[in-house]
Amino acid sequence: MSTLTAARIDRAEGRHLLTDVPLLELGARASEARFARWPERTVTFVIDSNPNYTNVCVTDCQFCAFYRKPGDREAWTLSVDEVLAKVESAASKGATTVLLQGGHNPALPLDYYLTLVRETRARFPQVTPHFFTASEIHTMAQVAGVRFTDILDRLWDAGQRTIPGGGAEVLSTRVRARIAPKKGGPESWLEVHREAHRRGFKSTATMMYGHVETVDDLLDHFDTIRGLQDEFGGFTAFVPWSFKPGNTLLEKWIKQYKGPNTYLRVLAAARLYLDNFPHVQASWFSEGKATGQVALHFGADDWGGTLFEENVHRAAEYVNTISVDEIVTLIREAGFTPAQRTTEYEIVRVY
Amino acid sequence: MRFADSRLEPIWDKVRMKERLSREDGLTLFEVDDLLGLGQIADHVKSRREGDRVYFVINRHVTPTNLCVLSCAFCGFARKPGQDGAYEHTIEDMVAMVKEETREVHIVGGHHPEWPFEYYERMIQAIHSAHPDVQIKAFTAAEIDYFWRRWKIEPKDALSRLKAAGLQSMPGGGAEIFSARLARLLKYTGKADPDRWCEIHGIAHALGIKTNATMLYGHVETLAERVDHLLRLREQQDTSGGFVTFVPLAYQTATTKLVARQTPPADSLRTIAVSRLLLDNFPHIEAYWVTLGEETASIALHFGADDVNGTLEDERIQHLSGAKTPAGVAREQLFRMIRDAGKIPVERDALYNVVKVWA
Repeated sequence: MSTLTAARIDRAEGRHLLTDVPLLELGARASEARFARWPERTVTFVIDSNPNYTNVCVTDCQFCAFYRKPGDREAWTLSVDEVLAKVESAASKGATTVLLQGGHNPALPLDYYLTLVRETRARFPQVTPHFFTASEIHTMAQVAGVRFTDILDRLWDAGQRTIPGGGAEVLSTRVRARIAPKKGGPESWLEVHREAHRRGFKSTATMMYGHVETVDDLLDHFDTIRGLQDEFGGFTAFVPWSFKPGNTLLEKWIKQYKGPNTYLRVLAAARLYLDNFPHVQASWFSEGKATGQVALHFGADDWGGTLFEENVHRAAEYVNTISVDEIVTLIREAGFTPAQRTTEYEIVRVY
Repeated sequence: MRFADSRLEPIWDKVRMKERLSREDGLTLFEVDDLLGLGQIADHVKSRREGDRVYFVINRHVTPTNLCVLSCAFCGFARKPGQDGAYEHTIEDMVAMVKEETREVHIVGGHHPEWPFEYYERMIQAIHSAHPDVQIKAFTAAEIDYFWRRWKIEPKDALSRLKAAGLQSMPGGGAEIFSARLARLLKYTGKADPDRWCEIHGIAHALGIKTNATMLYGHVETLAERVDHLLRLREQQDTSGGFVTFVPLAYQTATTKLVARQTPPADSLRTIAVSRLLLDNFPHIEAYWVTLGEETASIALHFGADDVNGTLEDERIQHLSGAKTPAGVAREQLFRMIRDAGKIPVERDALYNVVKVWA
């Protein structure tokens, strides 16, 4: 139908998409690309929960309202049993995915993490342990004194098959040095996903925009993850969201988060630029339900999850909640057919 | 322009040639799946008229009373005498509500069972003399009609006297949906009917009073009823020419529950876009953030809307009906809504004179 989307989009075109293409023209192109890949008017969602095992963190990211330094009065770390109780609670509500993340807590031994994966697999076979972002995997490696690839192998052996894409922020040396200086450059996130994909793990790629980044930084991010996806095809989805400044160190400089039009532009540009990503997620949770519904017309084909528990945005005083019934209603209202999926985007049930 | 739904192509050709759209076209625009194609056509018209400008006003609402002789099924605001939450403001109260930085005061209230017309006249006089620089936009056509029903004051006399007292323009409320079927169903037959509503706006226009127009949508009306409503307004505008802004009002579900949920954002975006396209003789189309929510209002600036209303220090009617948006967003929040859409905030007065371009 169109030759516009046939050739891979280069940086010049990407810049154009992110800055000055009329928004609805961009959205229409992104929607066309989405339907070229997924002709059905189906929008998937996952029943999931995002608990955390600790808020103790030594990384001091400027954008984070969730963490506490070791020894802080408000610092907490859950025992293995306490985390498993959260997994059980999610499972009892029908969750098939538990996205477990936490701070970088040097007091936790490797066995803690491996036990969480093993026990989740053993006790809750219906739940996919979607545990530990790249930077947590690096932390485990440092604490245990082994290579991060060894950690990946151990997690695999424990039964883990997917890795959440958090902690990417913006994959630009300059941006990460400014907002997450102790987290390492883009390569520290990328290498974990590369080696994970090489081993057969699936993962997602996230992007948190709306702070100190430039258009070039966003293009660096797109190029980086598109390049890796060409190698192994291990990314299931791209998930962008806007930085929420509440209670963070960056709040001093950045008072407000970016609004819905910025979000729709980033999302639609990503759908076109990331031509090798199967799925693009509409983030109702971070952008609001109205924007989430509109995003389904801008190239998104997935609604994300129920997020029964979520503490990171909550710490920045940005709170949204939803039920399965409401997700089904919202997707239908937007003119699409809701379908429940697994962590790896297999359809469980069409509504 | 390329469209996912080819039915938009002949309509796009007409719009480009500045030809008037038909009732059939209006129905097609509501039916097509191609939301962004529709939006692009509406955005073309908005941009042709206003470029990147989006208007707002520093305003506040004054709602003299919630006592009302009517019992409209969609209203969560009206109270009967003696009922919990019923109130009546004194003229002194209302004068005090208006602050010096306010540029426009919007005065709309219930159809009070007993207040004489002179009370309304004195209200306008008092606010005008205390705040001569504040523009007064007051009383819907339904209220003007009620002055006749209750006190047998002809609309022309009522409007002339109110204008002499300081009224400068009229809001567009009370139109609801122009449909005899819905007037019966939703119990607003006791209110100015479509002919009367339009007649009163025509009288206002002849007196040099600019007015707005509204449409309450997203409840139990049909899409054809929406189209017919818009076409009736277009016809009136051809005749009298004094409408400034069309304000589609998304029905708020919280207390009256005519439908389970507020109509989704795609429907509001579509309604705004179709309004922009059918109302080719209306200068402005508003994305009223109080009923839409800030997210949808901001996105609507790409779907044909060129106004977001204003700062609204007190918006009682929609809030008692359950609108969740925070009352009184500051100018900065309006800037955020407008700038996120890549548009230029233009502060206006009640008559769309430019006060300041906030580049």
